[in-house]
Amino acid sequence: MRLPGKGLIDRTKPLSFRFDGRQYHGYQGDTLASALLGAGQRLVGRSFKYHRPRGVLTAGPEEPNALVEVLDGGSQTPNTRATVQELYDGLQAQSQNRWPSLRFDLLSVNDLAAPFLGAGFYYKTFMWPRAFWEALYEPLIRRAAGLGTLKRQHETAPYEKAFAFCDLLVIGSGPAGLMAALTAARAGADVILAEQDSLMGGRLLVSGESVADRPGLDWVRASLDELSDLPNVRLMTRTTVIGAYDQGTYGALERVGLHLPAADHLPRECFWRIVARQAILAAGALERPLAFSNNDRPGIQLASAGQTYLNRFGVAPGARVALYANNDGARTVARQLMAAGVGVAAILDTREGVSALEDCPVWTGVQIADTRGRLGLSSISGRHSGGEFELEVDALLMSGGWNPLVNLACHQNARPVWRPDIAAFVPEPGMVPGLTAAGAANGTFSTHGALAEGQGAAQSALQALGLRPKSAPLPRAEDAPYVVTPIWSIEGKSRAWLDFANDVTVKDVRLAAQEGYASVEHMKRYTTQGMAPDQGKNSNIAALAVLADATGRGIAETGTTTYRPPFAPVSIGALGAGAQGAGFAPQRFLTSDQASRDRGAPMVEAGLWYRPSYFPKPGEKTWRDACDREALMVRHRVGVADVSTLGKIDIQGKDAARFLDLVYTNTFSTLAQGRVRYGLMLREDGFVMDDGTTARLGETHYLMTTTTAAAGPVMRHLDFVHQAYCADWQVRFISVTESWAQFAVAGPMARMVLNAVLDQAIQDFPFMACAPVTVGGIGARLFRISFSGEEGYEIAIPTAYGEALFRDLLSKAETLGGGPYGMEALNVLRIEKGFITHAEIHGRVTAFDIGLEKMISARKDCIGKAASQRPGLNGPEREQLVGLRLLSGSLAGAGGHLFTPGEHVHRETDQGYVTSTCFSPTLNAHLALAFLKNGRARHGQTIRIVDHMRKTDVLAEVCDPVFLDPQGVKLRG
Amino acid sequence: MADLFAKPVLPGQKPLTAGDATLSITDPGPITSIAAFPGQQARLAGKLGGLPAPNRFLTDPLRIWTGPDQTFLLGVPAPDPAPLAALAAMTDQTCGWAAFHLQGPGAEAVLARLYPLDLRAATFPQGHAARAPLGHMQSILARLEPQGFLILVFRSMAQTAWAELCDAMQRLEARARAGS
Repeated sequence: MRLPGKGLIDRTKPLSFRFDGRQYHGYQGDTLASALLGAGQRLVGRSFKYHRPRGVLTAGPEEPNALVEVLDGGSQTPNTRATVQELYDGLQAQSQNRWPSLRFDLLSVNDLAAPFLGAGFYYKTFMWPRAFWEALYEPLIRRAAGLGTLKRQHETAPYEKAFAFCDLLVIGSGPAGLMAALTAARAGADVILAEQDSLMGGRLLVSGESVADRPGLDWVRASLDELSDLPNVRLMTRTTVIGAYDQGTYGALERVGLHLPAADHLPRECFWRIVARQAILAAGALERPLAFSNNDRPGIQLASAGQTYLNRFGVAPGARVALYANNDGARTVARQLMAAGVGVAAILDTREGVSALEDCPVWTGVQIADTRGRLGLSSISGRHSGGEFELEVDALLMSGGWNPLVNLACHQNARPVWRPDIAAFVPEPGMVPGLTAAGAANGTFSTHGALAEGQGAAQSALQALGLRPKSAPLPRAEDAPYVVTPIWSIEGKSRAWLDFANDVTVKDVRLAAQEGYASVEHMKRYTTQGMAPDQGKNSNIAALAVLADATGRGIAETGTTTYRPPFAPVSIGALGAGAQGAGFAPQRFLTSDQASRDRGAPMVEAGLWYRPSYFPKPGEKTWRDACDREALMVRHRVGVADVSTLGKIDIQGKDAARFLDLVYTNTFSTLAQGRVRYGLMLREDGFVMDDGTTARLGETHYLMTTTTAAAGPVMRHLDFVHQAYCADWQVRFISVTESWAQFAVAGPMARMVLNAVLDQAIQDFPFMACAPVTVGGIGARLFRISFSGEEGYEIAIPTAYGEALFRDLLSKAETLGGGPYGMEALNVLRIEKGFITHAEIHGRVTAFDIGLEKMISARKDCIGKAASQRPGLNGPEREQLVGLRLLSGSLAGAGGHLFTPGEHVHRETDQGYVTSTCFSPTLNAHLALAFLKNGRARHGQTIRIVDHMRKTDVLAEVCDPVFLDPQGVKLRG
Repeated sequence: MADLFAKPVLPGQKPLTAGDATLSITDPGPITSIAAFPGQQARLAGKLGGLPAPNRFLTDPLRIWTGPDQTFLLGVPAPDPAPLAALAAMTDQTCGWAAFHLQGPGAEAVLARLYPLDLRAATFPQGHAARAPLGHMQSILARLEPQGFLILVFRSMAQTAWAELCDAMQRLEARARAGS
C-alpha cells in the first residue's frame, strides 16, 4: 500500500497498466513490482517446480520470484523481472507458469507431492523403460515445470548493438562508483559510468543517510550534475555490465525501449561492447535471505527491498511488519518504517545478547519455526531466548547479511576469497587485469568506506592511465562497522528455501551431500541450485554454506561454483542485433541484377552474391524447361551470362611472374603477353585450393581470375604468401573484382554478338587470347576463354557501364535467337565438358584426384608441391574424378555414394561419391561427376549410385569426365 | 557504335537526415590505387607530394592510406604511369567503390553502431583513416571533417551499406525522440 508523500516517484504522473487482465494504477518512476505492491497485489507468480504462490522478494535485478510476461507491440517477453521492468502507461503483463490462474493453479498439486519430488527425483524415477524418457517423461516434466512461454514467432522488434571506448569504466553508481567517477572525470579521464538501474545513486537513493553534511540524495544529484556537465563523461543508466572479457572488453546490456511503449525504430535493447583501459567494480552487494520454514510466502521480502519500496516508491511492505535479521544494519529499516508510520510488530534478531533498545519489541535468539498464509503471509511462529511466540503479520523483512557482487571479477576464472569477519566472499586484486573492486563489492559496507575506496581505486586507475588526480577532500559519511553473525539455516517444521527460483531447499542440499555430491559443482547440478534465471544470486553462498556444514568442511574449503558471463540475462535479440533477416550478411548485387529480375529470373545466393538461376519464357512449366532451352541455345546459337562474381586480382611488378610461379602449380613466367592460361593453386597442405585463368596484360602486369567461392580466400592466401615468404619481391596486387563487370558470351554466334558491340570488330582472336578493346569509347578487356566448351569470350567493362553493356549484349544475342543463361544452364554446360567447380575441389581433393597432377611443374617449386607428394595423396587408393552416364533413372542432386554392383551396400564397401549432376539436353542423358576409388582405371565399368537421403538407387557407366567434344574442337574453332 | 550509360550508385537516392546526422551518396571522382614497390616509398612520395602514414590521409588531392604500402588517390585522374612505372603499381579502382558521406554532430554515434573502432575525436581526429569492417562489410573510413566521414564500401554492397547506416541513424533518432 502507498504511503503519502514518500518516495522518488512522480505522483503528478499517474499511469495505468494491466496485470493478468486486471487494470491497476501506478506512477511515473515505479517498477512493475512497486506498482503491484503499491496496489496491494502481493501474489505475483508461481514457483518453478512446486507451483508455490510467490511474491516480490527483492527490489532489483536479482529477483527470483516476480518473473512475468510482458506483452508489448505484438511481442511477448517471458521471464521479465517485475523489479526491473519500469512502469509505462498501457503496460500489459501477465503471470506465468500457472494454470488456469495465478490464484488457483492446478499444478500446485506438485507441492503436495513434494516429499517425493526432492533433488534427484527425476533421475531416479524415470529410468525405465528407457524409450519412455524422450517420448513421455521428458515432455510431461517440461510441461509441468518451467517459466514463461514464447510466442513461437520471429522476433521483429528492433535491437541495437554498439561499441564504446573509454579510459575508465565505472560499474555501479553508488557512493563508491560516483566517487570514483568524480575523481577520474575531474582529472580529465574519459569515463563511462554504467548503472543497471534507471536512476544513479545506488543505495544512497534509499538509505536516508547524509553525505558531506547534507542528505545523501542531494549529494548524488550534485555529483550527477557535475558529471553530466563534463564532456569526458558518459552516464549510462539502465545499462548492466554483463561480462568481463579479454583485454579490457566488457559486455553491457542497455534497456533502451523496454520502459516505454514500442515505437518505430526504437531499439528494445542495445548490446554494448565497452573497451576500457581501466575499470572499477562498484556494483555493490546483494542481501541474503534467511533459510527458515516456509520462508517463500508472498509478503516475505528482503529488508533492503522493503527499504527500497518504502523510500523510493512510497510503498509499505504491509500494515504490520516484522524484521528478521542477523546483523545490526537491517534494524535501520525497521526504524524507517516506524518513522513513516508503518506498524512494526517486532524486531526478531537471530543473535543472542544484542541490544534490545528500539521503539518496538525486540526479541533475540529468534528461530522462526513456521509461517502461515497460503496466498500471502498471515502469521509467523517460533522461539526466542525468552520462550515461544506467534505473531500476526502480513509482511516479514529478512536479512541474512550481505554478499559482495564479485561476479564480474570472477569472469576470467579466478576465485573469490572468503572473509570470515564479514562472512562473505570478496574479490582479490588482479582477478581481471585492470579491474579494481571498491565499496560494498569489495566487502567494505560503510558509506565512508565506499567513498574512500572509490576515490582510491580511481586514483590508482589514473596513475595507470598516466593522469594526475586532483586532490579533493573526501565527503563526510557514516562509518558504522558491519556486524553480522552468519546463520545459514534455521531448523523448523517444513521446507526452508534456498533457491526460490528453482525451488531448492536446505533439505535438497543436504540430500545431495548425503548421496555423495559433496563438491559444490556436483551439488549445484544435482539439485539445480543456482541454475535458474537469477543464476543463484540469492542462494549460492547460503547453499554452499549448508553444503559445507553437511560435509563437515569449512566454507572457504568448499568454495564457490564458477561465475560465468552473462551476469544478467541477455536476450538473443540483443546479441544478434542487426542480423535479423537479410541483416545476417551483406547482399552483393550484380550490375545485371535489375535486368535479370526484369526477365523474371529467380535469384540464387552464391556466397553473398545473388545470381540468376534461369530465365523463364512463356509456356515453360519447370526450371528444367528453361535450363534445357538455355543450354541448347548456347550450344547452337549464343548465350550471355554475368560472370562478374569471379574474383579478379590485378598483379603487377617485376616479380609478378615469379610470384605467380610460386602460387600456381604451373608456370606463368612463360606466358606470352596478350595470352591467358589456366592455373591450379594448392594450399600449403598440398590439396587443391582453387583454379582459374590468369591473363598476362603486359610484361609486368597480370590479371588473375579466381572462382566465386574462393575470391576472398585466394586474396588472403596471396597476401599470406607474399608477406610470409617474399615480402621483398617487387610485386603488388589488389582485388579488382568490384571494378569490372564481366560477361561471358558463348556459342557459335558469340563473335557476331561481340562484333555488334565492339567499336572495332575482332577477326582473328585465338583461343586463350586477351586484348584491350573499346565499347562506345569505354576501355574494356576481352578474353577468349570458355567454361561451356563453345567458342566463348568474356568481356570486362568498368562496373558503372555493366548494366548498359549487359542489356546491349542481350538485345544483340536475342536478335540472333540467343539470350541470357543462368546458373543452372551454366552448370549443365560445364558438367558436359567435365569442368570442375568447388563442388569437386571441395578441400579434400588433390591435383592427382582431379587428373591434373601433371600440372604440378617438375621444373619449379610451388606452394603445396612438397606436401602434395606425401604418401597416400597419389595412387590407386585415391578416389579419382570420373564421369558417370546414368544407365537408368535420374539423380536429383549430388551426394549419392558409389558401390560396386553386387556388393553389399555398406560404409566399408563405399567406392566414392557424386559431386555434380545434371540432365544433358545435348546428349539426352543424365550425367554426373563423381570421385571413384581408382576411377580412371575403371572407365567402362558399371557402378551403383545409392543416395540414402533421396532414396534413389541407380546404375551408371563410368567414363571420362569430359562427355562432350573431348578434343576441344568447338572451343578452339 | 554502342553508347554505354554509366549507372550511378543507388540512382535517385536522396540524402537522409535522421537525428543529428545526414547521410548522402557522394561521387569521389576517379580512384587510383598506388602501391609502392619495396624501397620506393620515399621516391614515390616525392613524386606525389607526399604519401599518408598508416591510418591517415592527406588532402589536395585526397590520398588515403588503404593498406601496407598502398594509397588510394581520389578525385583526380590517375597520374601519368610512365614516370611511376618503376616505383609503384597503379590500378584503377574508380568503379569498385560506393562512397557515402556521413555528416553531423551525431555521425560518431551512428558509426559506433557499426564500426568496432575507437572513433572518439581525441583518438580518431580529422586526418585519420581506417580500413575496417562496417558491420560485415569491408570498408574504408576517413574523417574528412571534424563531424564528417567518408565511407567507401564495395560497390556491389551499396544497398546493404546504405540500409545499415540508415537503420543506425533512425534508431538513434528514435532514441532521442523517446529521451532514451
